[in-house]
Amino acid sequence: MKIPKFMGYRRENGRVGIRNHVVILPLDDLSNAACEAVANNIKGTMALPHPYGRLQFGEDLELFFRTMIGTGSNPNVASVVVIGIEPEWTDRVVQGIAKTGKPVKGFSIERNGDINTIAIASRQAKEYVQWATEIQKTECSLDELYISVKCGESDTTSGLASNPTVGNLVDKAVEMGATVSFGETSEITGAEMVCKQRAATPEVGEKFMRTWNEYNNFILKEKTDDLSSSQPTKGNIRGGLTTIEEKAFGNLQKIGKKVSYVGVLKPAEVPKGKGLWFMDTSSAAAEAVTLWAASGAVVHLFPTGQGNIIGNPIEPVIKLSANPLTCSTMSEHIDLDVSGILRGEMNLDEAGDRLIEVMIRTCNGRFTAAEALGHREFVLTKLYRSA
Amino acid sequence: MIQFLVHEKSDSVGVATADIKAGETAKGLTIDTEEKVEVKTLMDIPLGHKIALKDIKVGDTVIKYGHDIGKVVAAIRKGEHVHVHNLKTKRW
Repeated sequence: MKIPKFMGYRRENGRVGIRNHVVILPLDDLSNAACEAVANNIKGTMALPHPYGRLQFGEDLELFFRTMIGTGSNPNVASVVVIGIEPEWTDRVVQGIAKTGKPVKGFSIERNGDINTIAIASRQAKEYVQWATEIQKTECSLDELYISVKCGESDTTSGLASNPTVGNLVDKAVEMGATVSFGETSEITGAEMVCKQRAATPEVGEKFMRTWNEYNNFILKEKTDDLSSSQPTKGNIRGGLTTIEEKAFGNLQKIGKKVSYVGVLKPAEVPKGKGLWFMDTSSAAAEAVTLWAASGAVVHLFPTGQGNIIGNPIEPVIKLSANPLTCSTMSEHIDLDVSGILRGEMNLDEAGDRLIEVMIRTCNGRFTAAEALGHREFVLTKLYRSA
Repeated sequence: MIQFLVHEKSDSVGVATADIKAGETAKGLTIDTEEKVEVKTLMDIPLGHKIALKDIKVGDTVIKYGHDIGKVVAAIRKGEHVHVHNLKTKRW
């Protein structure tokens, strides 16, 4: 088996990235303005504004820190400037990112004000961007990649062709030694027993069922109707999908036919080894991809039916579709058209190989459609109300 | 040209891979067995939407991917469009 190579960035901790971002990361909503000012001052840097980081507590706070630290730690990020309103939580994020060995520095606004903070943080960001732009790419191989997979605005063509294309890649990539993660806990509803059987061991299967039951119980507790106006979405229904069960069986086509998942991850948790992993995530695209990027995934495969246009600021999102209408009316969003499968012009094995080729080109630096169009959806998952 | 695909032989519905007009005898293919199947369509079936491969009574289960995808809430005849008007989730 020939394992494809590409030119990527091997970071201080040995992890492989495919982009070289200098991130200006706000600890909290109050620090968005300063971060955006720094990113405006220093070209080649990117601010990641978000609405949270104040008065969170318990498991929700742990997830918040895991997401912030994980985002800064992602191998697609060369170095990070963290800005927060106060120094303590800012330093917790800085210390977490520093464990990767990459350059990171924190600044706090209290007792400095926005203007002084922006000035000193901008000087640091300038140093980082000049350092990062000099880093040379090195030869890396597919088995060093951590790939995440999730579909969106699915229709029946997703279950027939674009999701099985991702599944074909997953079977091949895991055999080559890559790390892959899938999730969408709520959208496995109807196919949960089939998903449980795909676990590598009975213990892992039980852990998946506990995770799914917890999410399903939450939905049953909070729902005010039969959810038929939310799941499937209006776009799903327009595309011909009728029930959550039908959507779930289509969804599971993404994990291929051969591999079993070796473990169950909390949201934004880093996989402990190679192979396929289930992560407990929302099924909303931007929330889920943000969690995978925070767990260290460097490239995302996103099959769509009706045309979800999501991107992520640090993890390139590759879109494929088998719906000929979507591929023609929304062509600027689609990186790979696999509608030929429906016409019998292409089989799944060929489509899987085409997707590997597009993924490797993306790893070599080619912008995805979402990157070229400026889609940078950075959406934190919040578990409950703040204290 | 194939106009609809069926995931598994045990499925009670197929998926239109092109717009199908009412009254046509639509040509389909079952993916797992590679068997050809034909159905006389009673309604227009848009691309991506489901066509019934058999009559299904109210309360019965619709099978796709070889699995239960919900219950019938209005009687379905072979060749009809299957969607939110006659098929509902058993969950939630």
